[in-house]
Amino acid sequence: MKTTEDKLLDDTAIIVSDGCCVQLGTTPALDDVTFRINKGKKVAVVGPNGGGKSTLFNAMAGLVPIVNGSLKINGLSPLEAKGSISYVPQRDLINRNFPLSVKQVVEMGLISKKSLNLFSRNKINSKIKEALENVGLPEKINENINNLSGGQFQRVLIARGLAQDADILLLDEAFSAVDVGAQEDIMSLISDINLDGKTILVATHDLNNLEDKFDEVLCLNRHCCAYGDPSEVLTKEVIEEMYGSHYDMFKYHTSESHRQNDD
Amino acid sequence: MIEILMEPFKYEFMVRSTITAIASGTMLSILGPFAINRNMGFMADAMAHATLPIIAIGVFLGFSISELGVPAAILIAFFLGYIIKNSNVGEDTAIGIIFSSFFALGFVLISILNVTINLEDLLFGQILAVSRFDVYIVVSMCIAVVFLIVLFFKQLLFYSFDPIGAEVKGLNTNFLNYLFLVVLSVAIVASLQTVGIILVLSMLLIPAAASKQITDNFVSSIYISIIFGIISSFSGLYLSYFYNLPSGPTMSLVATGIFIVCFFVSKLKKVKIQ
Repeated sequence: MKTTEDKLLDDTAIIVSDGCCVQLGTTPALDDVTFRINKGKKVAVVGPNGGGKSTLFNAMAGLVPIVNGSLKINGLSPLEAKGSISYVPQRDLINRNFPLSVKQVVEMGLISKKSLNLFSRNKINSKIKEALENVGLPEKINENINNLSGGQFQRVLIARGLAQDADILLLDEAFSAVDVGAQEDIMSLISDINLDGKTILVATHDLNNLEDKFDEVLCLNRHCCAYGDPSEVLTKEVIEEMYGSHYDMFKYHTSESHRQNDD
Repeated sequence: MIEILMEPFKYEFMVRSTITAIASGTMLSILGPFAINRNMGFMADAMAHATLPIIAIGVFLGFSISELGVPAAILIAFFLGYIIKNSNVGEDTAIGIIFSSFFALGFVLISILNVTINLEDLLFGQILAVSRFDVYIVVSMCIAVVFLIVLFFKQLLFYSFDPIGAEVKGLNTNFLNYLFLVVLSVAIVASLQTVGIILVLSMLLIPAAASKQITDNFVSSIYISIIFGIISSFSGLYLSYFYNLPSGPTMSLVATGIFIVCFFVSKLKKVKIQ
């Protein structure tokens, strides 16, 4: 029988991973990953290359099978939960040859599984406008996507996710192949954005000031090294567990280092 | 003057050819913008060449090319789609292997089965020889292709632009992938009599490439591509009648001419803006 505490967790938890294992070919990409993310949180997913960040996103999105353990989205398996997630993949996986307008890309978030769209044209336009206002690009609605900067393009894809009304937004390597200015641009958007109860997960290599931008951090190195408040979980041990011999490069991002700086 | 211009249409074979050319031009050029933006030119070429062994066997069994059209197109689309998805040699290599081996197999089968096929007609098209039945088949295929593209336009566009995003959104990407391959294959097979195996690619890609020169809006590029496709097919056929030229290559050259004009118009526009 569920205790009151369990019920409370079930009501607020949107992603529950319990010993989740994923294999890519013969290589284990995620091994016994356990964490629980509550609704409306902004979560940074950090870890080394090959640490399983993209694999975890793919597993949540139902793109790769879970070989052991379980991963539930809103209490459903990832395949059953399709449509409740919006995924912004790595930039090189998107075909930017297509001469599309910002409006056309955001509208993709409103496309239904069936051939006919049930939304009226007015409703579609107001949803597109609202999503673009939320990411600060309402004036770019008719702009060709090839005329946008890297940061602006990422904003458009985030707007597509917002228009979709998905419960969860996954941003995979949102900062790869964009300059420092664009990274700051997307980061400040993530900090300021009105998620309206949505949960956002961002895979990133940047450990700078995570506590200012995210509610929680998930540290991955094929297994879950730590999960929780960034100012508490990014300890020397956790960073060593993630980056091993490269710890020195990240030692100024530990919780201890931040506390010393504050003092 | 008008009498001279209308002269070709006194002959029933020219009316049949014109209808077929316009239908082929329409269905190929509606698919062209998708094909060029998805870099599927090589794939389309392989589809055209892969028809040869099916045509050889079909003709040996007593079928005409038109009768073979739809089943051949579906077979090729599923076969190519499956091999590309499941081989580990890379898409380009897989297409290259299928392309060359099927074409070679076609020639060998024509020889072994002793089939009477005019290879020149097959390679470069022989639109003037289309029968009333061929016209019905090509026009029906054109209607089916246009209908399916219009019906699934937004889903196909999403899938072509961001396949992972589309799959996560819950779209049936496997269905969309095979739908496009089947539709493309149908358009190619249906156009074999118009422009032939070698030149079908020109009618698929050139009108779309020309439209991309003058618009940066995908939807407009489809409309313009269709207009260019129809102009190329119609005027190519017309010119071939008056100057006694081979029709398929003439259509292809008209399309190329349109592309060259659009290319320079686009360059001029850019210079003016600067």
